Amino acid sequence: MNGVHDMGGMHGFGSIIEAVDKPQFHEEWERRTMGMVNAAMAGFQFSVDEFRYAIERMAPAHYLDSSYYEHWLEGTLTLLIEKGLFSQAEFDARITDLRTAYKGSQS
Amino acid sequence: MSSNGIPGPDSEVALRVKAMESLLLEKGLVESSAIDELIDMFENRLGPWNGAQVVARAWSDPEYKAWLLKDGTGAIADMGFAAVQGEDMVVVENSAEVHNMVVCTLCSCFPWATLGLPPVWYKSAPFRSRAASDPRGVLAEFGTEIGADAEVRVWDSNAELRYMVLPERPAGTDGMDPEALAKLVTRDSMIGVTNVAPPG
Repeated sequence: MNGVHDMGGMHGFGSIIEAVDKPQFHEEWERRTMGMVNAAMAGFQFSVDEFRYAIERMAPAHYLDSSYYEHWLEGTLTLLIEKGLFSQAEFDARITDLRTAYKGSQS
Repeated sequence: MSSNGIPGPDSEVALRVKAMESLLLEKGLVESSAIDELIDMFENRLGPWNGAQVVARAWSDPEYKAWLLKDGTGAIADMGFAAVQGEDMVVVENSAEVHNMVVCTLCSCFPWATLGLPPVWYKSAPFRSRAASDPRGVLAEFGTEIGADAEVRVWDSNAELRYMVLPERPAGTDGMDPEALAKLVTRDSMIGVTNVAPPG
């Protein structure tokens, strides 16, 4: 698929050297995502090819505007929901629960 | 991302990761210990120090070098560095005539077993977009000048096939043992964006 991920030959992305010496993980959620996705693949929940294709199916504007490990997160969510391992409704409900729990802990 | 850059419940993406993790664990799809184990493996056990040992052995042992260039997967496995996802390894040799550089234009495929996780710049749009169309310009950004008479070859990695560069052995290293040689070999030289500097 000749999508936005197929970046070879594109122009205008700027300097490479600015990214040199950046840390591997900027935030802890990135580290967890890396571990989680690899654990899911090691447990044969999905293959590396399915994973990449799920990332490539992200909306082009979202793909360009999101970070590397956001690609991992969104690709994995797509696959887990498509495979019926959990539903979008379950995921949305979990987000609401976590938010409520956090607000509770702050009051 | 939260406005202050600190992950927390106000960071939408951190919240989504947390929700995904809690569902994966609750449904028994992954184990918490497996996540911790893989993070430790990728952060602490896989890294360019593995690839450096492969390069140092190839510089020191012509028979091993011939094997490595012919059957990268097998020769690297002989050092105890097995493929993480069953991918094949191809090792390409730099010389005065040919300079090789590796990219993954589509995403971030990288030789994990020998080099660990890819650096941030390798996964970035600027490198992915320009490595193949303007390799000499990219090399110049890394301070690497390749003579006009030398050929530059760019290798585009994919999920099944991962490339590693065997850099040129620098001058002034005669008599050095593999252990000392390995200390000279950098990650970037095995991606091919730099050369290995002479000692000292």
